[in-house]
Amino acid sequence: MVTLKKSLNLLAVILFAITPVFSFAQQSVETAVDVTSKTDAVAIEEEHVAVEKTQADKVAEFIDHHLKDDYSFIFFADEAEGKKYGFSLPVILIDNGLKVFMSSEFDHGNKLVEKDGQTYRLYHSKIYKTDAEGTISYDEKGHPSNEKPLDFSITKNVASLFFTTILLFVMFLGLARTYKNGPNNLPKGFARVLEPLVLYVRDEMAIPNIGVKKYRKFMPYLLTVFFLIFLLNLLGLTPLGFNVTGSISVTACLAIFTFFITQFNGNKDHWLHIFWMPGIPWPMKIFLAPIEILGAIIKPFSLMVRLFANITAGHSVVMGLIAVAFLYQQSLGVGGSVGISFVLSTFLVVLEVLIAFLQAFIFTMLSSLFIGMAVQEHEEH
Amino acid sequence: MEIPTIIGAGLIVIGAGLGLGKIGSSAMDAIARQPEAAGKIQTAMIIIGALLEGLAFGALILGKN
Repeated sequence: MVTLKKSLNLLAVILFAITPVFSFAQQSVETAVDVTSKTDAVAIEEEHVAVEKTQADKVAEFIDHHLKDDYSFIFFADEAEGKKYGFSLPVILIDNGLKVFMSSEFDHGNKLVEKDGQTYRLYHSKIYKTDAEGTISYDEKGHPSNEKPLDFSITKNVASLFFTTILLFVMFLGLARTYKNGPNNLPKGFARVLEPLVLYVRDEMAIPNIGVKKYRKFMPYLLTVFFLIFLLNLLGLTPLGFNVTGSISVTACLAIFTFFITQFNGNKDHWLHIFWMPGIPWPMKIFLAPIEILGAIIKPFSLMVRLFANITAGHSVVMGLIAVAFLYQQSLGVGGSVGISFVLSTFLVVLEVLIAFLQAFIFTMLSSLFIGMAVQEHEEH
Repeated sequence: MEIPTIIGAGLIVIGAGLGLGKIGSSAMDAIARQPEAAGKIQTAMIIIGALLEGLAFGALILGKN
C-alpha cells in the first residue's frame, strides 16, 4: 500500500506540474479575437487591446480566473490559435421565464447570446444583461453596473460537486454492500480504504467530543462532511481545475449546516449558558449574553473562512510556484527556472495533500466539538 | 490617519505566528513530560492551531478590502 500511495502522489505531482504547459497558453484569447468577422462579435474594451500584457499579468490573471467559478471546464488551451480545449456546461437563467442553453454559445465571452429578445453577455466570468450591441456600463468604482439575470447555471463548481457526490455514492454503496452479507465481512477492494477512515471519524472525533450516548445521531452528517471535503480537496490538486472548497459559498453552506445542527440539537443547558449563564453576578450576565450570542455566530463563520482561505491560499501558492518556470526563464535559463519550479511545487503539492486531509479533519472535528458542547448533559461538566 | 492595510496584515501574521509558536512550544513541553499522551496532546494542539488560524484568516480577509 505504501508504494501505491507514493506513486499516486508522484502521479498527482507530475500531472500538476505538466498542466501549465498547456493551460498557461489560454490567456490572451480575449485580445486575439476576431472582432470584425462576425456580426454579433462583441466589441472588446479598449484597455485590453491597448496594453500589451506582460507574462506576470497573464499569470496573475490565470490564477485569479482559476479561483473563480466558471461556465465551462477548460483543460488546456492554445494561445497561438486562440483555441480552448474542454467542454461547456449548461447555462440556466430565470429571467422572464426559463432559458437554457449551452455555455459554448458564449464562446468564452467572445459572442453575445440572444434569447427571446434579451441579449446576454459573459463578461469576466459573469453573465450580464446588455442591449443588442453588448455594451457594458460601469459605475464610479469601475464595476459593471448592468443588471444580472437570476442564474441557476450548472457552473464548474456545481458540476464538480455533482461529480464528487456521484463518486462518494458509488464508493460508499460498495462499502455498504459488504455489510449486507453479515456483520463480520471484510470489505473488498476500495472499500477497505474507506472503513478505517469511517472508524477514524467515529473513534477520534464523534465519540470523544459528543459522547458515547449521543454520537450515533450525528455520525451521518460528520461522515458526509468529512468525506465530501476530503475528496473535494484532493480533486482540487488534480489538473481538472476543481476549486470547490476554495469557493466561499460552498464553505458557507457547510458551515450553516453545522450551525443549524448545533442550534437545533442544543438542550436547555446550552441555551441557558448562552443567554443567562449560571454562577455569575447578574450585572455581568447582561454584558456576557451579547458576547455569547456573537460567539455562536463566529464559530461557524470561522469554520467557513478557515476552509475557504486555506484552499484558496494553497491553490494560488502552488500555481504561483509553477509560474516561476515561466517568469524566470530569462534570468535563470530554461533548465534553472523549470528545475526550481518543479522542486518547489513538488514539495508544496505534497504539503497540500496533507492540508487536504487536515482541513477535512479540522472541519469535522470542530463541528463535532460544537455539537458536543451543545448536547452535553449537565453532569458531565 | 489611515493605517495601510498591508501593515495590518503584517501585524496579524506576527500575532498569529507568536500564538502558533506558543502553542507548539507548550505542546512540545507537554509531550516531553508525558510521551504516552502524545496523541491526545497533538489533537488538542491542532484544534487550537486551527482556531487561531481561523482568526488570522478572518482578519486577513476582512482587512483585504
